[in-house]
Amino acid sequence: MIGFYHPGHSLLHRAPALLKLGLLSLLIAVTVALQEPWQLGVVLAVAVLLAASARLPFRALWRQVSPVLWVLAIAVPIQLLFADWVMAVMMGGRLLIAVLLAALFTLTTTVGAVLDACEQLLRPLRRWVDTDRIGLLLALTIRSIPVIAAIVGEVMEARKARGTQGSVMSLAVPVIVRSLQSAEALGDALIARGFDD
Amino acid sequence: MTQHSIDRPAATRSFTARDLASIATFAALIAALGLPGALQIGASGIPITFQTLGVMLAGAILGARNGFFAVLLLEVLVAAGLPLLSGGRGGIAVFVTPGAGYLVGWLLGVLVIGWFTARLLPRYRVLPALGATALGGIVAIYLIGVPWFALSTGTPLWVALTGAFVFLPGDILKVVITVLVAKQVHRAWPGLITPRGKSARTEPISA
Repeated sequence: MIGFYHPGHSLLHRAPALLKLGLLSLLIAVTVALQEPWQLGVVLAVAVLLAASARLPFRALWRQVSPVLWVLAIAVPIQLLFADWVMAVMMGGRLLIAVLLAALFTLTTTVGAVLDACEQLLRPLRRWVDTDRIGLLLALTIRSIPVIAAIVGEVMEARKARGTQGSVMSLAVPVIVRSLQSAEALGDALIARGFDD
Repeated sequence: MTQHSIDRPAATRSFTARDLASIATFAALIAALGLPGALQIGASGIPITFQTLGVMLAGAILGARNGFFAVLLLEVLVAAGLPLLSGGRGGIAVFVTPGAGYLVGWLLGVLVIGWFTARLLPRYRVLPALGATALGGIVAIYLIGVPWFALSTGTPLWVALTGAFVFLPGDILKVVITVLVAKQVHRAWPGLITPRGKSARTEPISA
């Protein structure tokens, strides 16, 4: 399973995931507190400089940031209609900065590093949360995605062969039943390995 | 190994191997339902997909607790940087966009659907089930998603609500599909959710 991570050796790539996560939250909190458009401009410039220092390809960044641009294309005119241009700029700037910084985090941090950081965050809750089981659960899910995707594909072909393409039910029921069977087999495999002991 | 299992935390010990297997499988199912690609309606940046169908099914078939964790697990993997949301979206950026409220709404929605479904079983009559699934799959999700969108973009609430109504026909269709599928699945595969509530205790199971 390939994520959005883009390999590199920049400062952003080498920084610990937990530190980056903390800085990301801090910077987003700062942008919410800021009141002047020029202050947002400074933060945006910092974010762009960070992106440049990480040498991320434009296309990878664009893929992360572009969905919010669609929202802004609608929301900014609405803001101009109901409020003034300062409000519109502040709202658009905040969203753009938040998404850009979040994209920097995702593109420079491997999935494994993020999950390890989550485990570290959960460590104080060890008494109530079994991090080993959560790790197993994450691995089981990643492994199950191609299995379930194959089930969906097979059912769609079977449906085509029987000429019942229009019916959503003829897709959904077999997919659910076969997924449940797959879950049962997975559960049996875990029990056979002494999981419930 | 036995030493380890003795001091295992009480809260997670209550998850059996079967629980974990069905949670992982449904998280994978919601991800797989996003694979064919999002059908984008309107330009508000929130694509309509079969993934909400997967969320509703998780509640109606696994129940509140396991369904909730299936959705949460998928969202953790998305936040960790896997492109598992419809249209190949993912990464932590998804959770700072105006549409993020809908992802939080999924968690409430699956809880509501699961809670009511446990009380509708073992009979699972269609009309109450439709109401319960609509309450969780539409009302609960919009309840968080719409104000979040309004707050995040600074648009008036009614504008955000009008935008959300574009998705209503698709969501109603998903509610109907969920109930019809759950009806068949619960009949074919009893015991997926432990029935709770009055009817479950007083009525003998007649099937």
